Amino acid sequence: MVLLVQYTLIFASVLTLVALGGCFSEHSGVINLGLEGVMVMGALGGALFMRAMGGSSHILIVIGVLLVSALTGMVYTVLLGVACINFKADQTLVGTALNIMATAVATVIVKALNMSANPDNVSATVEYGKAKKALVRRIGTFQLNWFMLVAVIAVIIAFIVLYKTKFGLRLMACGENPQAADSVGINVYKMRWAGVLISGALGGIGGVVYITAAVREWKFETGVAGFGFLALAVMIFGAWKPFNIALAALLFGFFRALSNVYSGFDWLAALNIPSAVYNMFPYIISLLVLAFTSKNSRAPKAEGIPYDKGTR
Amino acid sequence: MKEKKSFLERPSVQAILAALLCIILGLLIGYIVLLMINPAGAGNGIVSIIKNHLNYPTKPAQMKYLGNTLVKTAPLLMCALSINFCYKTGLFNIGAAGQYVVGAGACLYAALKLGLPWPVCLLITIIVGGLWGFAVGVLKAYGNVNEVISGIMLNWIGLYLVNMILATVKESTSPYTKQIASTNKGALLPSAGLASMFSNNKYVTIAIPLSIVIAIVIWIVLNKTKFGYEIRATGFNKEAARYAGMNEKRNIILTLVIGGALAGLGAAFLYLSGYEQWSVTQSSVPSMGFNGIAATFLGGLNPIGTIFSSYFIQHITSGGSYLDKSIYPSQIADLITSIIIYLCGFVLFFKLTLTGALNKRRDRAGKSGR
Repeated sequence: MVLLVQYTLIFASVLTLVALGGCFSEHSGVINLGLEGVMVMGALGGALFMRAMGGSSHILIVIGVLLVSALTGMVYTVLLGVACINFKADQTLVGTALNIMATAVATVIVKALNMSANPDNVSATVEYGKAKKALVRRIGTFQLNWFMLVAVIAVIIAFIVLYKTKFGLRLMACGENPQAADSVGINVYKMRWAGVLISGALGGIGGVVYITAAVREWKFETGVAGFGFLALAVMIFGAWKPFNIALAALLFGFFRALSNVYSGFDWLAALNIPSAVYNMFPYIISLLVLAFTSKNSRAPKAEGIPYDKGTR
Repeated sequence: MKEKKSFLERPSVQAILAALLCIILGLLIGYIVLLMINPAGAGNGIVSIIKNHLNYPTKPAQMKYLGNTLVKTAPLLMCALSINFCYKTGLFNIGAAGQYVVGAGACLYAALKLGLPWPVCLLITIIVGGLWGFAVGVLKAYGNVNEVISGIMLNWIGLYLVNMILATVKESTSPYTKQIASTNKGALLPSAGLASMFSNNKYVTIAIPLSIVIAIVIWIVLNKTKFGYEIRATGFNKEAARYAGMNEKRNIILTLVIGGALAGLGAAFLYLSGYEQWSVTQSSVPSMGFNGIAATFLGGLNPIGTIFSSYFIQHITSGGSYLDKSIYPSQIADLITSIIIYLCGFVLFFKLTLTGALNKRRDRAGKSGR
């Protein structure tokens, strides 16, 4: 039971962080469908950092992992920003390209590093078990992961920034009516860049939390199994609002956690349902949820439409 | 007065130019990545990717491996056509990857478990693939669900489902499904004499010419029929199409059903040739559907152009396996493909700039001529 709660919380943290990233980007008017790829890149940065710094002090590792993964995520989203904000490219196409590219880039980088360290090692796996210890703190049988706290703090900060600061309100104006925002002197391009970069940072952190949630090493050929898209579903279900997103993430996190721990419950194990069914759960739930909530959802009005000063 | 268009202003010329530019830049970046990993073999590396089957010294061997590339081009072309067709209605069918997966599940189950002959297997695959597309279509038309997100969800549901179902027809000692050739010969697609053209490569079947015929049919449907016109009208402006009396919901669903059937059929084209067996332990969605996106956009969203771009994408993907594996990871080819997709995002900008420059030049010429 404790294990179920623990996994629910950690997966919910991942979904919250990434969905908040999507939320910032969409409020500014850019749909970031590349979040899946951003997660992979953030995970790559974080994992390589942990492998290199395995023996350092715990506090250094936690802060370092946060900074490195956020930074790699941000750098990666520059590709999205350049194409979609400055060159007015199709946001769906570029987002998809980023997803496919991230897995290829991560695999190539990890393999190249592994091969240069040891010519016989042609795997795309990064091992970070030693540093992972720094991320958790045991309370009885419960493992508190520092990233759970990070997710909670992120929700609160996101709420304050979006609804209580000049920056947040301006950001949201650019996603609702960029022409009007521009007419009162807000630089729409700058605001959209801010939204995209914040989504990169949060998505990157989400990526590293995902790969460290349950295992000690990560095979980068597998990517992050559609988690970036689950986060987008969480964001839609959470109606683009931070606190609703956190609640939606808990629901999805619960179903994702079930697939990790169902064998620990005697009555669930007795049902003899194949593990594949549990693996399908989060995706089926998200389809159902989307089917019932998308009809009346209030997405930012101008999202997905490149801003062109000439159309003012 | 009818204005004469210069060579560079023709849409087809611009599309080809843009595609070539994407390819050259993609290969260039791939080359730079090779240089960064190990400068010594980079030149040979990129050449061996581009050469693909021409890496073999003898003509028969070259033909045989060209055959292998074509065997995998057929499913890629089908996935690309699926995405292309749906994109004309304004739908981004990233679910093609999942429709391809359930197509593979359906044809292998029909062939191995039910022991059906190939035409029936194809029919079942079309239906199952179409159903998977239907789900995305209904969610989009009646639930307003973003087709990219529902598509991705269905990709993963499809993968786990197919792994579970095909586990009943796998070999007892490996995670792979049984060989069709030894279990049910009647389910193999006929070669119709094509194999002998490719040094008796038995995997070369009617799937290859069939996929090209389908591409041409799709082109005709899109450009010469009322249904195709409605699809494109819906893609240009949904509201205007509805106002003109077109049933936009029905068109969305129908497009995705056809898209799903195309992608599913693509899987049958590969798996019923016996070239590959399905591994029931695979943990990621096959990249065929995603490479289809690259082929679609590289082909300038034109079914005929897609035939060539599909071949090219498969050519370099297969070519990636000729890299010296002790120095370079073969995923460089995937990297080049993804860079090409990314660059395709800039194509619109490229065309606008080119047209703008041409107009400016003509204006200037017109002024001085006066």
